Amino acid sequence: MSAEQTAERSFERYFRANRLPHLWCPGCGNGIAMKAIVQAIEKKGLSQDDTVIVSGIGCSSRASGYMDFDTLHTAHGRAIPFATGIKLANPKLNVVVITGDGDCTAIGGNHFIHGCRRNIDLTVVLFNNNIYGMTGGQASPTTPLGAKATTAPYGSVDRPFDACRLAEASGATYVARSTAFHVRHLSDMIAGGFDNKGFSFIEAMVQCPTAYGRKNKMASPAAMMEWMRDHAVMKAAFDKLPDTEKSAGRFPIGLLYQSEDVDYDTAYEVVKERAGGAGK
Amino acid sequence: MHLKATITVKKLRCKGCGICVAFCPKHVLAVDALSKVFIRDAEACIGCGQCELRCPDYAIFADKVKGAAV
Repeated sequence: MSAEQTAERSFERYFRANRLPHLWCPGCGNGIAMKAIVQAIEKKGLSQDDTVIVSGIGCSSRASGYMDFDTLHTAHGRAIPFATGIKLANPKLNVVVITGDGDCTAIGGNHFIHGCRRNIDLTVVLFNNNIYGMTGGQASPTTPLGAKATTAPYGSVDRPFDACRLAEASGATYVARSTAFHVRHLSDMIAGGFDNKGFSFIEAMVQCPTAYGRKNKMASPAAMMEWMRDHAVMKAAFDKLPDTEKSAGRFPIGLLYQSEDVDYDTAYEVVKERAGGAGK
Repeated sequence: MHLKATITVKKLRCKGCGICVAFCPKHVLAVDALSKVFIRDAEACIGCGQCELRCPDYAIFADKVKGAAV
């Protein structure tokens, strides 16, 4: 074997090695976020046999094909309903949903808010690249105001969603955000989501140099990551910033919201008891 | 030559995006004409692991040499 093959990292066992290299564009942040997920799985010692990866449609959702778990690549926007079914059928499983900004907040917007409302014990990781990358760079619900896209050649007119605030308002019990620049922090945020029994939502800001960057004078993937480094502020520090600085493109990262509430599996067990007990 | 760290590149995975080149504090790496990363200055590497940490393609790995003074 050549010297090229000597370095083997422990996280590689969570990948389907024969499927790599992945199809994402050079410099795409999805690869970084996917590694953060498997490192969080490794950190928490989740078994490959008891962990299910569910994804929707889009660049982000291709991740399930590279991960060596029981995986399900589902319909556009419908990853959370499929995951809900898996979790209810077998509550022992750890169910992880990988979705994108279009998949989660546009096509699957209702599934997302109702998943949050039910507080079902899923860990949803949203790869937010601010654009519909796979279909050619159309503006998504998280494309920043004024940013260019193929469907917004003079800048986006629509105000973007803040997916984390949406999740919090809808009833998710763990809401966090990190970026592809803050790799270890991102992995920690996802690991925290595994600990929460209830709906955990982690927004991973990732760069799309091909569809978003080139349209917005940020074609270099490294420059996009430096932008994240310079604009992401830890929540505690962000809260102390004066309003003028908050509006200057800065955004908070870290654990944004956490609460205690009954999760859906537990609530459903109560219903089963009340109805006379399943299988009795 | 006293290497402080060794770098391993899986060339099949590398897409030449330049993230590792940009984040390397010692300018150890560069991208060649075929869009693959190569080690320009192995002796300058301090084994910080920035390249490995941010590589989106799991193509580069940095290992500190045991016993080397950093």
